[in-house]
Amino acid sequence: MSTAAVQFKSDAARLAADLRHRALIHTALSKYEVKRDEMKARFQDWQGARTLAAARKQEAVNHLDQYLEQFVRGLEARGTKVHWAGNAQRARDIIVDIVKARNARLIVKSKAMTAEEIHLNEALEHAGFEVVETDLGEFIIQLRGEAPYHIVFPAMHLLRGEIRQTFAEKLHDAPSDNPEELTMVARRVLRQKYMQADVGITGANFAVAETGMVSVTENEGNARLTAALPRTMITLLGIEKVVPRLADLALFLPMLATVGAGQLISGYNTMYGGPRQPGEADGPEEFHVVLLDNNRTALLADAEQREALHCIRCGACLNVCPIYRNVGGHTYNTTYPGPIGGVITPHLRGLQEWKHLSYASSLCGACAEACPVKIALHHHLLRNRRNSAAARPSFWQKLAFKAFAPVANHRSLWKLVTKGGRLGQRLHPLIKATPLDPARAWTRTRDLPPIARQSFKEWWQTRL
Amino acid sequence: MTVTLFIPCFVDLCYPQVGISMVRILEKLGHKVVCPEAPACCGQPAFNTGYWHESRAVAVKVLKQLQDAEVVAIASGSCGAMIKVFYPELFAGTEHEALARSLAPRCYEFSDLLVSKLGVTDLGARFPHKVTFHDGCHSLRELHIHDAPRRLLAKVRDLELVEMRETVCCGFGGTFSAKFPAISTAMGEVKISLAEQTQAEYIVSNDSSCLMHIQGLMDRQHKPTKTIHLAEILAPS
Repeated sequence: MSTAAVQFKSDAARLAADLRHRALIHTALSKYEVKRDEMKARFQDWQGARTLAAARKQEAVNHLDQYLEQFVRGLEARGTKVHWAGNAQRARDIIVDIVKARNARLIVKSKAMTAEEIHLNEALEHAGFEVVETDLGEFIIQLRGEAPYHIVFPAMHLLRGEIRQTFAEKLHDAPSDNPEELTMVARRVLRQKYMQADVGITGANFAVAETGMVSVTENEGNARLTAALPRTMITLLGIEKVVPRLADLALFLPMLATVGAGQLISGYNTMYGGPRQPGEADGPEEFHVVLLDNNRTALLADAEQREALHCIRCGACLNVCPIYRNVGGHTYNTTYPGPIGGVITPHLRGLQEWKHLSYASSLCGACAEACPVKIALHHHLLRNRRNSAAARPSFWQKLAFKAFAPVANHRSLWKLVTKGGRLGQRLHPLIKATPLDPARAWTRTRDLPPIARQSFKEWWQTRL
Repeated sequence: MTVTLFIPCFVDLCYPQVGISMVRILEKLGHKVVCPEAPACCGQPAFNTGYWHESRAVAVKVLKQLQDAEVVAIASGSCGAMIKVFYPELFAGTEHEALARSLAPRCYEFSDLLVSKLGVTDLGARFPHKVTFHDGCHSLRELHIHDAPRRLLAKVRDLELVEMRETVCCGFGGTFSAKFPAISTAMGEVKISLAEQTQAEYIVSNDSSCLMHIQGLMDRQHKPTKTIHLAEILAPS
């Protein structure tokens, strides 16, 4: 097992048995569930919308080369500097170089999972810059030195009392547990930072090829301030974010808001097409767009699993996943947790090291049913399992499955196993749930059903 | 009609009454039931673990034994999904692909066979209890079976069906339950708690594998709720 797998198994076992955590996640998501379903019902035809969204993303991803070039041409025509980053290191270097060239000290940043993916904050801090997260949830976890717990709700695991304590310790300003008062504390701190910042970094939700524009969705207005106030704006996005046409946002923006946060539409939806143009009163003087590959093209080359690039990072699959809900977001120790993480992490970061995430699923399919762009997530988990077992089979598992085939296929051997099972079952209580018990993984928490005195096949024989 | 019955390994060994109930129901409806002796497993454990080559060694026997069947009744939604949905991918590019594709539409999970293929919902059964229904995930999301078992339950005399608040997985997941026992157990506990909220005496399902997990966990935790397969409720006494 990889180190990551060992860590996952032990953290998962601890949190799955933590009833406080189980209740916390249930409560945190229950309001969202109600709102999500209300908003879904406001679509004339939710299933039709999913089919259409899947078709749009398929079109974008299948012609990614053309749409990306079109996207870049539009941006460049308005004076945007576009950078192509093949991997995380390259993306970090590009951004650190831009920041250095501006003699910047302070950077404000709005929420971007791609920045988490490339560990951008660490790189900027290592280079001597201060980076401040401006999304409230991200701001809180940055103060706590934690990774996001969820790709849309980064601080959903925290109770208001814990947030107050964090503010008291780090900001020395925490009047009460009242969310509004705590928000005002964050706001006071952040307003100063926006005014002082030299560079603003954002992510992107969509990249519109037709118009060469970046679409950013948010609820706090922090991304707008991040983009508008500093002299330099940098947007980091994965190459799969492309949608062909501006009109596609008429579908994707409400869809993302619905399944992402249970909203009809997010509070702020902004399009960025370039730096401040001649005659304009505001906006950044410079606009850089960094397009990140980081193994996305390898996934693109895999015709069978390419559709995983359709993901719009809405988090819907996490919210319905019974595994995510029982082990929590930090247990995965990846940028992208939950079902989508189980599918793409082995592609982005290495199949053998991360295959355990593809195995950590009952394959219930709730994720695929929830996915607004219809990615068959649980089927891709199966394909990752197949690929990992083919590349590096486990000796014992292979042997066991090989030995099982003749037993399952031959009546006489199956009979023998039936009889042997009955005998074994008589002796089993002696070792049940002890380290000697071969079925211990099951029997530690669950009883085994008894083998019947007369099996179905034995009964069938009596009728012939 | 001649119905070929596919009895999965765990039904054969641990839940023979489920298979026997199916035989009795089909015979009562006037159908001839045949049951090939040899195949004991659909190959899902190896398939789900990633060992598709080893899975094919088991699955190919199933294909061959069922190839001439007019209609196949599968005594588990999960094995049904394996044969109907996953065999075509498992055998893609092999000499058996055409057979896998031709077999799939002739296979039915048992409740789906009764309702969709045979057009039967009332079997004259009586079961004077309050029950809740657990949808096996493979049955629900791979085979899209939701209404069939409920239509059958609706016709059972003196039976009261109370739905659970949420539709969630019971946490079994085949080899998942042994690879990640702690997560699997937590999922099972969530499921049982949802079932208990309905105050049902029985958790009914069309999949014995889910019930094996739920019952195994309830037995260990000394919970009073019982599990029963749909076919056992419907079978003539």
